[in-house]
Amino acid sequence: MNITLRVWRQANAQATGKMVTYQVKDVSPDMSFLEMLDLLNEDLTLKGEEPVAFDHDCREGICGMCGVVINGTAHGRGDSPVATTTCQLHMRSFSDGATIDVEPWRAGPFPVIKDLAVDRSAFDRIIQAGGFISANTGAAPDAHAAPVGKLKADRAFDAATCIGCGACVAACPNSSGMLFTAAKITHLAMLPQGQPERYSRIKTMIATHDAEGFGGCTNIGECSAVCPKEIPLDTISQLNRDLIASLFKKDGK
Amino acid sequence: MAVTGLVLIGFLLMHMYGNLKMFLGEHSFDFYAEWLKGDILYPLIPHGWFIWLFRAFMLAAIALHMYSAVTLWARAKAANPQAYAAKKQLAQTYSARTMRWGGVILAGFLVFHLLQFTVKATLVKGTADLTPYKLVVAEFNVWWLVLAYGLWLVAVCMHVRHGVWSAFTTLGANTSPKARAVLNGCAWVVAILLYIGFMIMPVAVLTGVLH
Repeated sequence: MNITLRVWRQANAQATGKMVTYQVKDVSPDMSFLEMLDLLNEDLTLKGEEPVAFDHDCREGICGMCGVVINGTAHGRGDSPVATTTCQLHMRSFSDGATIDVEPWRAGPFPVIKDLAVDRSAFDRIIQAGGFISANTGAAPDAHAAPVGKLKADRAFDAATCIGCGACVAACPNSSGMLFTAAKITHLAMLPQGQPERYSRIKTMIATHDAEGFGGCTNIGECSAVCPKEIPLDTISQLNRDLIASLFKKDGK
Repeated sequence: MAVTGLVLIGFLLMHMYGNLKMFLGEHSFDFYAEWLKGDILYPLIPHGWFIWLFRAFMLAAIALHMYSAVTLWARAKAANPQAYAAKKQLAQTYSARTMRWGGVILAGFLVFHLLQFTVKATLVKGTADLTPYKLVVAEFNVWWLVLAYGLWLVAVCMHVRHGVWSAFTTLGANTSPKARAVLNGCAWVVAILLYIGFMIMPVAVLTGVLH
């Protein structure tokens, strides 16, 4: 396959970037999208040009490190019924001779570091604001000491599959990080271990989300549509429920 | 946003019900119009006060709704410093995309609508001394006015379509994929009901069924 790529090139956070066109030849349809970018980078290196910077790590779709907007959809899902991360997207999803636009996540709270790599530490700060449980360390509790109902366990597990890649923010017309925040809120709200801090966590996490400069949620649903882990939109309603309930709880302060 | 939006949708449903009283005849409609401005909650509050309290309440709901919208709009703008070269929406509906500018446009038409039927300053064919029934009949006998009214209502009902779903989701009612389908279904029902309910009377006037 021969591909024409239009890639966002930006030397550093301060520089103004632009879309640059490259030809990538002899691409195997079995390559992942990142392997195709590796191919481009080998070519650029041989030519003595600066390779395209992009984030990646496990390349198994489980770490949340990779992620670019491909032809206008986060992770390049497009119209496919299958949710994907960029590393699990294969070149067979494109036709020979295609022109592909590759851009970084675009959102104020995710500033571009270089080319396609963005700084997502705003997500870390949201988690630091309460996306955890304060448990005393000690011997591991018995497996069945704290029973959790099947429905709640399933919901917690579904929400906990969030890998924090940031596709939700990239796809959101408001650049809202609500699906990410809601996934963590729902994950911990469904489990007994998450209860003691449930109604204080919601306030501190939302406050940090807003302070980081993410937009507000207007229930459009783009986030869930591109989420590689298919975090459901109903987590956001869970977040709203807990937020409303926290106004009437003493432990919500 | 959600609470004030639901207040406004509640008002639209009441308003639509009131308009349908046109079909009960001139006397019935005029009596209803008089009652709205007169005896509601009397003697709890003095005669004629209700309409002004209600207007103040509606104005507050609209102002708060606009304030929330502008705040969300400003935050979204601040969070989107750079646009995508290519962006494809997967889930966004046309009504969700047009909530903001659509809201501005329909608020503009609302001003005209109030000037026409409440203040009676921009009457097209009727005169201010007519009874409510005769005034409505005179105004909706103008074809282009019915057309403009119909287009305005398209904007209103699209706004309501996303609004109903979004308001209930914000208040925490979207608890599962099934709930999402139900809420979206309800949103369609309310939007279509409002459109038909509001349009049936002007069309009846224009076609001479009501005269």
